[in-house]
Amino acid sequence: MNDAFGHPQSVIVLGGTSEIAREVVTLLAADRCRTVVLAGRDPVSLEVTATELRQSVARVEVVLFDAAATGDVDPTITRCFEIAGEAVDLVMVAVGELGAQETDEADPDRIAQMVTVNFTWPAAALSAVGAHLTRQGHGRMVVLSSVAGHRVRRSNYLYGSAKAGLDSFARGLGESLRGTGVTVHVVRPGFVRTKMTAGRSPAPFAVGPERVASDIVRGLEHGQEVIWTPGILKWVFSTLGCLPRALWRRLPG
Amino acid sequence: MTGTVEASHRQLSGWGRTAPTRARVDRPVDAASIAGAFRTQTGGVIARGLGRSYGDAAQCSGGLTIEASGFSDIGKLDDSSGTIDVGGGVSLHDLMRHIIPSGWFVAVTPGTRYVSIGGAIAADVHGKNHHRDGSFANHVVELTLVTPTGTFTVSQDADPELFWATAGGMGLTGVVISATLRLIPIETSWIRVDSQRFARLDDLMSTMEDSDHRYRYSVAWLDCLGHRDGNHRSVLTRGDHAPSGAIPDRLRSRSREVPGDPRVRVPRSAPGRLVNRLSVRALNEAWFRSSSRSVGSLHPLSGFFHPLDGVGDWNLLYGPAGFVQYQFAVPATRGDVVAEAVGAIASSGIPSFLAVLKRFGPGTPGPLSFSQEGWTLALDFPLGPPGLPALLDDLDELVAHAGGRVYLAKDARLRPELLPVMYPRLPDFAAVRRRVDPVGVLASDLSRRLGIPG
Repeated sequence: MNDAFGHPQSVIVLGGTSEIAREVVTLLAADRCRTVVLAGRDPVSLEVTATELRQSVARVEVVLFDAAATGDVDPTITRCFEIAGEAVDLVMVAVGELGAQETDEADPDRIAQMVTVNFTWPAAALSAVGAHLTRQGHGRMVVLSSVAGHRVRRSNYLYGSAKAGLDSFARGLGESLRGTGVTVHVVRPGFVRTKMTAGRSPAPFAVGPERVASDIVRGLEHGQEVIWTPGILKWVFSTLGCLPRALWRRLPG
Repeated sequence: MTGTVEASHRQLSGWGRTAPTRARVDRPVDAASIAGAFRTQTGGVIARGLGRSYGDAAQCSGGLTIEASGFSDIGKLDDSSGTIDVGGGVSLHDLMRHIIPSGWFVAVTPGTRYVSIGGAIAADVHGKNHHRDGSFANHVVELTLVTPTGTFTVSQDADPELFWATAGGMGLTGVVISATLRLIPIETSWIRVDSQRFARLDDLMSTMEDSDHRYRYSVAWLDCLGHRDGNHRSVLTRGDHAPSGAIPDRLRSRSREVPGDPRVRVPRSAPGRLVNRLSVRALNEAWFRSSSRSVGSLHPLSGFFHPLDGVGDWNLLYGPAGFVQYQFAVPATRGDVVAEAVGAIASSGIPSFLAVLKRFGPGTPGPLSFSQEGWTLALDFPLGPPGLPALLDDLDELVAHAGGRVYLAKDARLRPELLPVMYPRLPDFAAVRRRVDPVGVLASDLSRRLGIPG
């Protein structure tokens, strides 16, 4: 059960090798978290993350799935809940792929795959998770969106448009779940220094995954439904969103 | 199922308005309906009275919450024995309005009249007279409980294990549908109050130790923010039921006045959060200045026992994020923990609006009953300060290591590992649970969060 401060006791992470998710779970473990189910594609790196988390979490389990295949979303989610074996207080959706815009944009298969991994699978999963949590009477979903989806740019519109879809889907789902005891929290990080962004030159306001994780946990304590991280990006992107397109196009990065 | 008049799904939280969850809500009016619900429900069942426990004790996520308000009968007052039969859903407010005109009062009242009889037993509530009269269950002659294995009428002599597991058992042994209460006779509905101010916490505590026994009721209010000189000011109010001879002529016609309904109500649209560091400081200052030393002043029962009941939905003042209550008890020899806790709160800078200190007399045999002989301190904290969760975790450690405990009726955040430390007789409670609920139908968000065994 969640406590008064929104600290969960059991967590499912979809995209279990995400560095942001790992940092979030580490913080939650210092409070009340004792059960974690990590779901992801690569069994080797999942096991590495699981081993690391077992230092602070009593029980860490692993479930395998591939976000490029949308045929088995429901059984995957059901399996995660079964393995958790108790009420699940928090489900974090950290599935995603940054891709390579320059080469991907000319390849229809890659475009389909990017949209599947960043939008289709997570959206289907959110909906399945929502049904489980609604039956359970409570629970929170945390969805990793991105500022890249707030106003898409030439340089990463493939990733950005898929995140924009997921962001809108998640907020719409959150509205549909009002009064059910289930809430949806959309996280909009800026540039995060992780293995996913390794080799890219950091954008302004770049932060590490630890900072993103602590902003998420604080946002959950306050029940924030949209969590910008770092917080200043809320104002930066509100302003940038109003720029004329000609100017927006010429911004560096 | 017969007798069930309404069933719907609702999102429920405690009085602190934190961690809401959704459940089916039924309002049965007979024992058979409750028994039927126990047979068919798979997602857990818990009773709910008036929702005044602060945390998650009276909610059951994804399961069934049984509203007790269908058990609302108030029986005939037996003047010779001073006892009365009441339904489990009767509020102390309604009961007081019924018995005060005949010259009777409840033996124990908590700080609000808006609790149900079932809730008062399940939390084994205490009042300002615990140092001499004990807790609510001490004055329960017998109670009737619907459990998954049957309906039982138990008392301190007939199945005392089940009686005492139910007293303070947070509803986890079944649904209390009725009880027989022992009342106390009163001549008037007024309290004769002496009050004193203290500049230092240790002066207050030694005065309470020395002379609380001379009063039926005693409670102290503390300024937790601390004064400029580093001390914690306090106001001690103690009193007794006023005899009719003490009532002046101008109050004669109101000598057995009953408490009324709230005069004002906080609107649902109350602005953000009205309780903050500034307002707490201002209120503390006003309270301290207005309570000068006085002897024998007359206060109506409601103002003395239930000052907050005059404002309906006062919990909304804490804003949409809600608040937590933290109440602990420590043994009489560990008064130092009170001072240490107050010091820790003051240095954290986190404001607590209500800080109430009192002395407990001996506890009951209830394995989960909160009260134990010594000191108890109750505090209110609005949600929001980043350091609050860690501050309360630290206080838990302090309390647990001093042989104390926190009050489950107020808890919304205790670390589960500390429950067996604070309540060492948890195995006795679990044994009774296994007897009356072998399948484990009874459950609440509190029992799941803390892993209360059964």
